[in-house]
Amino acid sequence: MDFLTLLQVLDSSLRLATPLLLACLAGLFSERAGIFDIGLEGKMLAAAFLSAAIAAATGSVWLGLLAGIGASLLLSAIHGLASITLRGDQIISGVAINFLAAGLTVVISQDWFGQGGRTPPLLSGGRFEPLNLPGAVPAKEISQAGPFMQLYSELLSGHSLLVYVALLMVPLTWFVLYKTRFGLRLRAVGENPAAVDTAGISVVGLRYAAVGICGVLCGIAGAYMATALQAGFVKDMSAGRGFIALAALIFAKWRPWYALGACLLFGFFFAVDNRFQNILLPAWVMSGVLLALGCGLFAYVRNKTVLDRIVLGGLGLGLAIVATLITLSNLSAGLGSTIKIPVVFIQSLPYVLTVVVLAGFVGKAIPPRSGGVAYVKEK
Amino acid sequence: MGVMPKWADVVLVPLISLIIAALLSALLILAIGESPVAALKLMIEGTLLRSSGWGYMLYYTTNFIFTGLAVSVAFHAALFNIGGEGQAMMGGLGVALVCLFIPWPHWSFAIIGASLGAAVFGMIWAGLPAYLQAKRGSHIVITTIMFNFIAAGVLNFFLVGALKPKGSMDPATANFPASTHLPTFEDMASLMGFEKMFRAAPANVSFFLALVACVLVWFLIWRSPLGYEIRAMGKSEPAARYAGIGSVKIIMVAMMISGALSGMMAINTTQGESERLILNFTEGAGFIGIAVALMGRSHPLGVLLAALLFGFLYQGGAELALWTKIPRELIVVIQALVILFTGALTLMVRGPLERLFLSLRRRG
Repeated sequence: MDFLTLLQVLDSSLRLATPLLLACLAGLFSERAGIFDIGLEGKMLAAAFLSAAIAAATGSVWLGLLAGIGASLLLSAIHGLASITLRGDQIISGVAINFLAAGLTVVISQDWFGQGGRTPPLLSGGRFEPLNLPGAVPAKEISQAGPFMQLYSELLSGHSLLVYVALLMVPLTWFVLYKTRFGLRLRAVGENPAAVDTAGISVVGLRYAAVGICGVLCGIAGAYMATALQAGFVKDMSAGRGFIALAALIFAKWRPWYALGACLLFGFFFAVDNRFQNILLPAWVMSGVLLALGCGLFAYVRNKTVLDRIVLGGLGLGLAIVATLITLSNLSAGLGSTIKIPVVFIQSLPYVLTVVVLAGFVGKAIPPRSGGVAYVKEK
Repeated sequence: MGVMPKWADVVLVPLISLIIAALLSALLILAIGESPVAALKLMIEGTLLRSSGWGYMLYYTTNFIFTGLAVSVAFHAALFNIGGEGQAMMGGLGVALVCLFIPWPHWSFAIIGASLGAAVFGMIWAGLPAYLQAKRGSHIVITTIMFNFIAAGVLNFFLVGALKPKGSMDPATANFPASTHLPTFEDMASLMGFEKMFRAAPANVSFFLALVACVLVWFLIWRSPLGYEIRAMGKSEPAARYAGIGSVKIIMVAMMISGALSGMMAINTTQGESERLILNFTEGAGFIGIAVALMGRSHPLGVLLAALLFGFLYQGGAELALWTKIPRELIVVIQALVILFTGALTLMVRGPLERLFLSLRRRG
């Protein structure tokens, strides 16, 4: 793989990581204030639909962006009403919002455009166009340019405005959360709302503010998907990105800079999956890694309880069996022969990594202490 | 607590939530430019007034009973199992392996084997998140969501790879041998002499399996020591621990029962209907289980009724999509509204009701 190919993969990682990053930061605000939000997916989807629909109808991408944010904010308001004012179950409310968005976007777009649940393809004014930074080399001449110029032109330049907005949101989120009074209170309300209330600050107000910020960011994420990454809305286009953002949020342990890293990593998986359909690896590496993992699990559970031995030991045994199968099936071709890594393996990697992090084997992820609990003021 | 009589809590609250959801959906149908009354009539005609409509409705109902019971059992232990979808996918894998690789002499043996296969695979898929919750404190909602995606990957891996017959382009297994095919309602009706009943409808004997599962879950939750422990854990974990009930055991057992029930949904769809394992055979039934369990107040009888309602909505929705410009996704909206009003906005329904009963009591 040459340098330019690597740059192209990184470039596409950045583009694919952008909606994840925006949604992840959205979830970060909400969850840091103690409101679990598994409705990120639904909000992105609703925003993607309305932004594409309005952009298609008016020809203005900016109106589309505003409409997308509006749609997302509306769903945020429902979530806030359910989980803050009415003290309902935040998880169930999030599930409902996901279904509401999945159903309504198709019903409305079918009625509006009659194209089987999609919006008409967006023309040039209805999309966020790539911005070419000053001095960047056009795509045709890029293979002749020097490595630094290639890095600048391919990776840094040529993204739509929202990509740069998303990247700027990371330091901004960090600043708001850790350097402002609002951020201090927001974090406090997720850890110990009673203390915030005692200090005479409105818990309800802070939580609504957090849920509102979450709505705006999800709105931008959705609009980016429909008006920049693709040219129009397609049924179910968020395709689980909201859940991956949630995974990234846990992977990042609810911190803004880590969130950037996690989203770029998951975006990289997407990019690799898009670009390389066949990833070949020597068979002995594959079975060796699996065998090592299996043995590691065995060694780990040696002095643990029966349950640990059954579950983790079973998992280790499964890995060892797979490793043996790979070895046996490649014996005839020799151990140096290469085998194809299944595409689904790369696609499932974000989820597997999140489970591993959640399990606390690689650094423990500790959520905000009052997350998911409605605050009841003492009378 | 105790403000409302029990019947109001059990019947009135879900009913009012349903009416609100129905009214909002009617508004949506109006906005599309169709008549809600005509739509309802069409749904009833296409579902309740034709035997094949019943056949489709009960087919969907079977799925929703299994997934609804699965979510309910977990709810009783205060666990939220969003992983029904993934557990059902793995259950399908279990059914396929059992049906393809064991030569069954007769369907009655095959359905027992397939049930075991589905239950064991679903159990394993729910057991891992349960273990992570019980021993490592990982939030079960997030892990089960992740396991849904991983299950989709695993299913995909097997259907485009090892289990796909040579030369086939479909991501699906080979057809199951004829001796594993389950009798459909059509077969059973013609056995009893009704030749033209349930024609071509997919409902099959696994519906009765679902009814048996309802009774068994009722017995488990309300009549067995284990059910008592599960409910005690769900009401208050510290109190349960103080009474000597181990939370690790209950989390594991409740989730594994839940996973087994979700997995058994695959008997209906995989062995009963498609007679081979296909991609996306779950069609979101794992998620509808959440709505069914909430609506049915986690009681098997309630789950059965709610599953019938959603079966009706599903078949009726298909009729609407066929004859009007109302797309099938309307049902997803109704499902979302039911979840919203019965699960998240309960206080909105319950609050005014409680006040009403309070004032009635004061007057009386």
